[in-house]
Amino acid sequence: MASRLIRNRHVLGWVQALPLTAVLLGFLIAPIAMIVVVSFWGATEFSIYPAFQFDNYEFLFGSPVTYRVFGATLKYALITWALTLTIGFTVAYFLAFHVRSLTMQIALFLICTIPFWTSNIIRMISWIPFLGRNGIANQTLISWGMIDEPLEWLLYSDFSVILAFVHLYTLFMVVPIFNTMMRIDKSLLEAARDNGATGFQTLLHVIIPLTKPGIMIGTIFVVTLVMGDFITVRFMSGSQRANVGRLISNDIALLQYPSAAATAVVLLCTVLIVIAVMLRFVNIRKEL
Amino acid sequence: MSKPAKPKVGYSRRSLLKASGAALAASALPAPMLWAQDTKDIVLRQFGTGVSNLNDVANKVKEDLGFTLEMTALDSDSVTQRAATQPDSFDIADIEYWICKKVWPTGNLQAMDTSKITNYDKIVGIFRDGKLTPDSVIAQGTAPHSVGFVEGPGGTSFATGETGWMTLIPTIYNADTLGIRPDLIGRPIESWTELLNPEFRGKASILDISSIGIMDMAMVCEAMGEIQYGDKGNMTREEIDKTMAIFTEAKRAGQFRAFWKTFDESVNLMASGEVVIQSMWSPAITAVKSRGIPCVYQPLKEGYRSWGGGIGLSSSLSGMELDAAYDYINWYLSGWVGGYLMRQGYYSAVPETSKNFMSENEWGYWFEGKPATGNITSPTGDTLAQAGDVRDGGSFQERMGSVACWNAVMDENQYMVRKWNEFIAA
Repeated sequence: MASRLIRNRHVLGWVQALPLTAVLLGFLIAPIAMIVVVSFWGATEFSIYPAFQFDNYEFLFGSPVTYRVFGATLKYALITWALTLTIGFTVAYFLAFHVRSLTMQIALFLICTIPFWTSNIIRMISWIPFLGRNGIANQTLISWGMIDEPLEWLLYSDFSVILAFVHLYTLFMVVPIFNTMMRIDKSLLEAARDNGATGFQTLLHVIIPLTKPGIMIGTIFVVTLVMGDFITVRFMSGSQRANVGRLISNDIALLQYPSAAATAVVLLCTVLIVIAVMLRFVNIRKEL
Repeated sequence: MSKPAKPKVGYSRRSLLKASGAALAASALPAPMLWAQDTKDIVLRQFGTGVSNLNDVANKVKEDLGFTLEMTALDSDSVTQRAATQPDSFDIADIEYWICKKVWPTGNLQAMDTSKITNYDKIVGIFRDGKLTPDSVIAQGTAPHSVGFVEGPGGTSFATGETGWMTLIPTIYNADTLGIRPDLIGRPIESWTELLNPEFRGKASILDISSIGIMDMAMVCEAMGEIQYGDKGNMTREEIDKTMAIFTEAKRAGQFRAFWKTFDESVNLMASGEVVIQSMWSPAITAVKSRGIPCVYQPLKEGYRSWGGGIGLSSSLSGMELDAAYDYINWYLSGWVGGYLMRQGYYSAVPETSKNFMSENEWGYWFEGKPATGNITSPTGDTLAQAGDVRDGGSFQERMGSVACWNAVMDENQYMVRKWNEFIAA
């Protein structure tokens, strides 16, 4: 009787897990497996053929461009991460600890999400006329007498790419950090103050350690989004810069699917390694 | 997709009825109504680049021929991709000749019987024997006639002469050159070398479509005297390396403001003054001008880089749909579309039929290179030129007669593409 129950519970457990397993198998594992398989295939100009060859990887690792482009991708990710973290943390801190009333907190938080009501392509493209040679930014600076010549580096440069990234992705940092901050027990802050800690000490020794999981979740969002992006880099650099996403999209446009798949596999591994390293510092699961 | 094929007789009776303008009578009689119904139900799916996939054309087809034409506009790379990999997703492919060279070996397109093409004899020589006039020299690159014919239905390799079986029915073509902002440059521009002139540092652009961009690069390098190409349309690895080296150096020195990939991007770069000299397409010049901004499609002494597009039929087309597709092709060459496209600055494959759909002023301005006698407007109603203006580059013969090379796909295409990727990432 008892053993049957246990068995039944096992069966029940498996049945309950089945839908999710099926979804993950069909929409996550299978596509990735397919990409890995195709990355070993060969391609002619207009077709791909099954094979097991390392040509794609050989070319990828043999080309100095690959290293430069992966370098650029990591650079974008790192700078964007640092900026979104600084801004995101500040905004979340303000919302969580300076704004006293819950209504106000919710209202201000909703204001943060307003830019997300339009598509991110539009938010990105709207920077272009603003930053252009004859754009609003340059005209304003000239009329203030701060510069004589329009600043060329405002648009179609690393600056504009990172600016767009920060604009697009800061909210992904704000939300999880704000969320963890809201769950910090206020009595801990009072205790810190009672024990003579300055505001800065409280921030450093109480708030930051307790918001680590939120920071980490935000970091994962931002890093994966930036590393997987191709359209922002294309538009904001005027096609002058490249990241890994652009390599892949160029390959796909030219029907070089196996080569695109190989690049995608390497990118996937890179992102996984980056995340694994980050998770060494913070155990999200334990602290959630 | 395939519907039961109807007997030939019935089909021609239908066209007869239609031709005699008896549509009303037809719908009153039970049997012909059936045919009318069938034509109405036919849907042909066409895809191609934005230049000729126009909704106005689809509407006119519905009006004149009765069947529905569904249009999908894509960029050149996506067009190639689709023609090569998704043969069942289209009935009619509106592609360029260099794309045809790439796609034909896949067997996704079927050859067309020129005896069914009413105006075949009037198609300009460029698409038949490659010569505009009997003494023309054939330009380098993928010249349309070289991939325009196969030996017969089912032929997979291109024929050298007119065989009666065409791969693409030519529809639209033009001679491309650099676009400039005369107001911001302030001096005459005469050569392709100006694209890399340090005077325009940070104000130049080329297009980021490798197969076309490489040709513009080649025109520049050759004009600079840096490289002598055997055939710009079919470079050796060494020639590709040298070309890319020159442009990579220029890119690192900040010569380029941006690269563009879509029509709109090229228009915006030029109109906003970010760029004063760049590779450009004819209607993009028109679009800049219609905003009231001066822009010239500058003829250059080294000649033009030309391209041509045509309609290809999917190999899965048969029966009534195939007949409808031939009807469509014959209609396409009968003048209305030609007139529409010529008023945008392109050329039609059968100019003489287009003439009937253009005013004398328009024909004189666009085709003969004469000064306009009144306002020249685009098909959408924007004023493009005033009385007295002359088309950049002059007449059809002058422009198409100084083509230096055709858009091409090379034997070393894959190598070139990799090098292009490196150039973009450099």
